[in-house]
Amino acid sequence: MDELSVNTSYETTQFIVVRFENEQYGINIKYIDNIVRMQQITRVPKVQKYIKGVINLRGEVIPVMSIRLKMGYEPDEINKNTRIIILKIDGNDTIGVLVDEVKEVVTLSDNEIEKISYDAKDEKQNFLAGIGKDRGELISIFDLNLLLAEKENV
Amino acid sequence: MDVSQYLDIFLDETKEHLQTLSDQLMILEQEPDNMDTINEIFRAAHSLKGMAGTMGYKRMQNLTHDMENVFSEVRSGNLHVDDHMVDILFQSLDALEEYTDNIQNTTEEGTNDNDHLIKALNAILNGEKSEPAAPAGAASKEEPAAPQESENGKKLDKWREIKLGDTELTVMNKAVNMDKNLFGISVFIQESCILKAARAFLVYKALEDLGEIIVSEPSAQDIEDEKFEFDFSMIFISDKDRETVLHAIMNVSEIEDAVVDPIDISQYQVAETEEKPEETQVVKKDTKQQPAAEAAAAAPAKKSGGKPVVNRTVRVDIEKLDTLMNLVSELIIAKNSLVSAAKNSEGMGNTTEQIEYLESVTTNLHESVMKVRMVPIESVVAKFPKMIRDLSKKLDKKMQLIMTGEETELDRTVVDEIGDPLMHLLRNSADHGLESAEVRAQRGKPEVGTVRLNAYQDGNNVVIEVGDDGNGIDVEAVKKKAIERGTITAEQGENMTDKDIVDLLFLPSFSTAKQVSDISGRGVGLDVVKSKIESLSGDVEVKTALGEGSTFIVRLPLTLAIIQALMVEVGKEKYAIPLGTIQTIEDITPGDVKYVQGKEVINLRGEVMPLVRLNEILDCETETDPEANMLVVIVKKGEKLAGLVVDELMGQQEIVIKTMGKYINKCKIISGATILGDGDIALIIDTNTLI
Repeated sequence: MDELSVNTSYETTQFIVVRFENEQYGINIKYIDNIVRMQQITRVPKVQKYIKGVINLRGEVIPVMSIRLKMGYEPDEINKNTRIIILKIDGNDTIGVLVDEVKEVVTLSDNEIEKISYDAKDEKQNFLAGIGKDRGELISIFDLNLLLAEKENV
Repeated sequence: MDVSQYLDIFLDETKEHLQTLSDQLMILEQEPDNMDTINEIFRAAHSLKGMAGTMGYKRMQNLTHDMENVFSEVRSGNLHVDDHMVDILFQSLDALEEYTDNIQNTTEEGTNDNDHLIKALNAILNGEKSEPAAPAGAASKEEPAAPQESENGKKLDKWREIKLGDTELTVMNKAVNMDKNLFGISVFIQESCILKAARAFLVYKALEDLGEIIVSEPSAQDIEDEKFEFDFSMIFISDKDRETVLHAIMNVSEIEDAVVDPIDISQYQVAETEEKPEETQVVKKDTKQQPAAEAAAAAPAKKSGGKPVVNRTVRVDIEKLDTLMNLVSELIIAKNSLVSAAKNSEGMGNTTEQIEYLESVTTNLHESVMKVRMVPIESVVAKFPKMIRDLSKKLDKKMQLIMTGEETELDRTVVDEIGDPLMHLLRNSADHGLESAEVRAQRGKPEVGTVRLNAYQDGNNVVIEVGDDGNGIDVEAVKKKAIERGTITAEQGENMTDKDIVDLLFLPSFSTAKQVSDISGRGVGLDVVKSKIESLSGDVEVKTALGEGSTFIVRLPLTLAIIQALMVEVGKEKYAIPLGTIQTIEDITPGDVKYVQGKEVINLRGEVMPLVRLNEILDCETETDPEANMLVVIVKKGEKLAGLVVDELMGQQEIVIKTMGKYINKCKIISGATILGDGDIALIIDTNTLI
């Protein structure tokens, strides 16, 4: 298998496509530990605004953050499509993020992802690593390090 | 023989023996004639030597061997214990500790031969009082220092201070075996001499005609470069007799004096195991570079260790293990009863009973496992008496350390971490706290200053107090300094209580020491202590009275993982309050609430304490009637109390503390979270931050 992939000149990456309102975002699958349904979130007082609280994931206490609040969108509307994506960065730091809906898994090769220029004025773009093109649809690719970095957008 | 599997045991036992040696030496210093102590020391040194030998740590073995020799003579009454001897012995202990550290980090003992100590020990054996071997402190850390003995140059047998490595000793042994004469030579050149290097060279030349110079101090190179005072020493092999050699030296002009002593090789206790022919051939060149090479080899040995190669262990009392075993058996029985109760559909009432049984077993099991993890703080504090002794010499202040409660037990992980903070606090007390002898005399205090370390258990906490009867903290001086540094404004300073000001000391880079000494006062002190202790979920506070002394109170949780807690409800949310901090639970009518400085307080049986409305602090809505009685949980921190208003009590529960991960901005009031039986999460309130 490995030998075959040498023939393709571009590296491919798998992304999970999630939806906020009517925009699509991609999260690199290698950081995803788990996707769970919405469950009860316990509020934690006096923390960052975008931290919704903590959940109990099979005996571990894991913080949950709202990407919407972090990006300055309207607050989350919880419905049956809402999911919590559990991200594991560097092996042991775990955090859950709320998304409106999980749509599918796509495989994008590097030439299908367009790097975006940094624009300090647009809060949303500050968390993006690039824009992916898949069958005529645009998928904004999250840069998780930027997304999870402790920066408050008021 | 592969002994690596015994390394753990070796290290454990070595540390134990070293501690015994240190303790007993402290006693010996006070009571030089205490025969029990001497015997104890002898035994410890002997075991240590045996163990080091078995493990193949030659240097360690050599050093302990010489220490043992000294004790052996003391025991038989041939030698008398004096300060000098104790000093040398303490230095030897430091050196042994260094070996042990090296072994722990790299499994190698390092390359420091500590010849100066071995020589000093031999000198004691020979009934001589040589200069204290090398400056204290430097003894164990740096390579045996360059010759320092030049001050009172009239000591004639300086050659005894030459460092001898294995190579030299091998050569000396060979020479003796070949019936050659071994001489220790010290040559003193007249102080009026202008070309002393030239004179020294002539001496060398004369001697080389008669035999072979094994080693010289300073090295031949240094002598050529005139890097020496007016004397030099060497070890010399020759088949000529003493007179001929002496004559040859004195024939060189401008030589003031020369000493030529025959050497008895048996003094040097050489382990004649390895024959290294290739080394003996090049020995002449080798000796010149030896000191430098030794130094170079000794230095990196220290750094090479990253993580200790040996795992941390806990020694467990067999009784504790038996208890654990019994509990596990009971657990199995309880499980079996439950299984059979479940099968038997009629036994519904029985199930509850079995669950209760199971509960009591698990509680006991938890307690026992915690106990296994507990070790007395003795292992950490035992090294402090010696440290205070060293500080006393270094600072030239008379002081004593009084310790109580060494048997107080703490979780092993906590014990490992508190060593440094406590050491820092003790040093602080010794250095800044205690006044100089003159000031103490003026103030009518006893000449010997007292540093105290008291440990005791207080509920779910262990309290360690470090105090002194010295100067205390000068609040005004701290205030002035803080204003000077811009930490606070003059206006703020006016409004701060003494306690607030003392707390400034815990801010980073705030040191009031007027003079920076190498013991403390670099301004990296108390804030490090505080952050370390807070990282262990503990806290520090200070009590001080100017002129009377100060006490630092360190409070640490007994265990880190599982605690008993009172579950309460605030708003619709569940919170856990650690049971250990709770004093009482009271029913307070709204009329009992008074106001002091605009803050709500209650007066409970004569004690006034602030009232903390948890719903306000935790930002949650409550729908309780403001006219109704309030449920108040009284919590304590040291002697301070506070009342926490809660909506409802849910009962006592054993909870497992979980951290919330690094992505959540640590909220000070919440120390962690726990998962309840029904899967819900309850947050744990750190009451210490509310008082």
